[in-house]
Amino acid sequence: MEAQTLYEKLWSSHVVHQEADGTALIYIDRHLVHEVTSPQAFEGLKLAGRKPWRVSSIVATADHNTPTDHWDQGIQDPVSRQQVETLDANIREVGALAYFPFKDERQGIVHVIGPENGATLPGMTVVCGDSHTSTHGAFGCLAHGIGTSEVEHVLATQCLLQKKSKTLLIKVEGQLGRGVTAKDIVLAIIGRIGTAGGTGYAMEFGGSAIRALSMEGRMTICNMAIEAGARAGMVGVDETTVAYLKDKPFAPTGESWDKAVTYWRTLKSDEGATFDKVVELDAATIQPQVTWGTSPEMVVTVNDRVPDPAGEADPVRREGMERALKYMGLEANTPMSEIRVDQVFIGSCTNSRIEDLREAAAVAKGRSKADNVRRVLVVPGSGLVKRQAEAEGLHEVFLAAGFEWREPGCSMCLAMNADRLEPGERCASTSNRNFEGRQGAGGRTHLVSPAMAAAAAVTGHFVDVRTLG
Amino acid sequence: MKPFTVLDGLVAPLDRANVDTDAIIPKQFLKSIKRSGFGPNAFDEWRYLDVGQPGQDNSKRPLNPDFVLNQPRYQGAQILLTRDNFGCGSSREHAPWALEDYGFRVLIGPSFADIFFNNSFKNGLLPIKLGADEVDELFRQCIATEGYSLKVDLAAQTVTRPDGRVIAFDVDPFRKECLLNGWDDIGLTLRHADKIRAFEAQRRAAHPYYFA
Repeated sequence: MEAQTLYEKLWSSHVVHQEADGTALIYIDRHLVHEVTSPQAFEGLKLAGRKPWRVSSIVATADHNTPTDHWDQGIQDPVSRQQVETLDANIREVGALAYFPFKDERQGIVHVIGPENGATLPGMTVVCGDSHTSTHGAFGCLAHGIGTSEVEHVLATQCLLQKKSKTLLIKVEGQLGRGVTAKDIVLAIIGRIGTAGGTGYAMEFGGSAIRALSMEGRMTICNMAIEAGARAGMVGVDETTVAYLKDKPFAPTGESWDKAVTYWRTLKSDEGATFDKVVELDAATIQPQVTWGTSPEMVVTVNDRVPDPAGEADPVRREGMERALKYMGLEANTPMSEIRVDQVFIGSCTNSRIEDLREAAAVAKGRSKADNVRRVLVVPGSGLVKRQAEAEGLHEVFLAAGFEWREPGCSMCLAMNADRLEPGERCASTSNRNFEGRQGAGGRTHLVSPAMAAAAAVTGHFVDVRTLG
Repeated sequence: MKPFTVLDGLVAPLDRANVDTDAIIPKQFLKSIKRSGFGPNAFDEWRYLDVGQPGQDNSKRPLNPDFVLNQPRYQGAQILLTRDNFGCGSSREHAPWALEDYGFRVLIGPSFADIFFNNSFKNGLLPIKLGADEVDELFRQCIATEGYSLKVDLAAQTVTRPDGRVIAFDVDPFRKECLLNGWDDIGLTLRHADKIRAFEAQRRAAHPYYFA
């Protein structure tokens, strides 16, 4: 048989039906649901008199709107509360494999709880009305974000209408330097190929530097595939994947586990499989990254300076850079390390897992929040992550440093709850998007790794974390 | 879904690349549990001088005179000219809902983000990809001519300029058919319910662990 890419294997094993123009019906194994993009879908289903096709595919949680403090007071914002209560009512009515509502001990960001509960398994198709669903591709899944009409379509039919994507291999070879993380790899990739570099492609991450990453590091990378324009990012299954899933609540056990693992081990691109496009990066040359503008592709290393639009030949790009500098309140050619921050956010579906918190705590340990930093929010990705961090005493490290230790949720990644930047405030953030207004109207976001965020918190400005010792 | 056949509409130029869905409809408006009413908050942060909140009377808010869609000559525009990677970012379908509710039926640009592109078709909003040079020329003509309009014919897959030039565009035959007829995807898919059931039964037998 011809050598196949992982994407081709996942695609061909899920095609239910194909139209003459290549539009296919793809069977969906796992449907993750949250409160923001589902109410209109449940309503549409009901209005049409339809029932969900397979409720055992649904795993739901409330994450975008939930507060990260004063849980005893419930959700203060009535509009947010109504959205969360609507999800409660919808799941109560239709059912689900699992529902982790607000305040549940396993509640958390949908892309954190799927994997940690073993609800995301290799070989699955995973969808969610959220663009960062690409995260789950770290497990050798075909996982991507969908819109609300598609949420309704999946609820009603267990299928998605799709056309096959082209394939793009991002190959990262070599060894990462000390203090350089998965977040730096993916920011460097986006800096290289741009935010539309992956549009129309399913993106696989491979090479020795990717294989050396933990599952959490791989999730961080796949999470941001969408920031490079690719709906789906993925990594082939290996022993790291299998070891992570063992004994997770929804993972198979006994004979079923053995059978599953035998299949899962085939879920990687075959030797000699051809991709439509290949991009190669040398891991050893990647340095800690910091974004300077209002698109994730506007990224440099911490030791660089803010780019000068005068050096950009393309007029649309140049104007985009000028607009970004104005919005960000930055002067061209300023050393990145001279940029001071007002807030720091450690959290989001990109970087809120236990390893991320350990990485931040290692920097914060024995240090204190700089005086010019108004607030440092540490928001674990889930109740389970929070409990694990507390068992390790990480929360004490953060609290001793003057950081705030919060309840799980999406929080200031998109600021739908009360956690946000004030106009003009500058933030070192471990999240995924530095768009205008993303973390609060007028807020200025710089994307960094958890270690770099913690370093900015204790020094008050961006700094190469490797120099802190 | 509203069918789309032919539109002769006023064009507005939004001359910036990477317009993300946070810009098209900011997060505070995503708390709504409805599909409609997002139009007054489309491009909220660029369009108004204050910070918008859900449930406000938007007609009383101060408009940003520098924002292109606020210029009198573009009022009533149904076609939006855009630059590369329009609709990047979040999967929120509130973005096409907001554009459609604002009054747009067609978007023309050199490229669109995947999820947004897909979501648009589900809402009777036609995104058209044209070559960068064609788009450049449309921007030039549109800015130079007050009342500039284009004729978009989905069946013929053409955009006709006022000077008579006809530009052909590509569209997936399946999407085209659905949009021309205003068909509901779900209804179409359920015609294959037997196939879905058969596939599911086979998958359950081969991989029971996905059905736990």
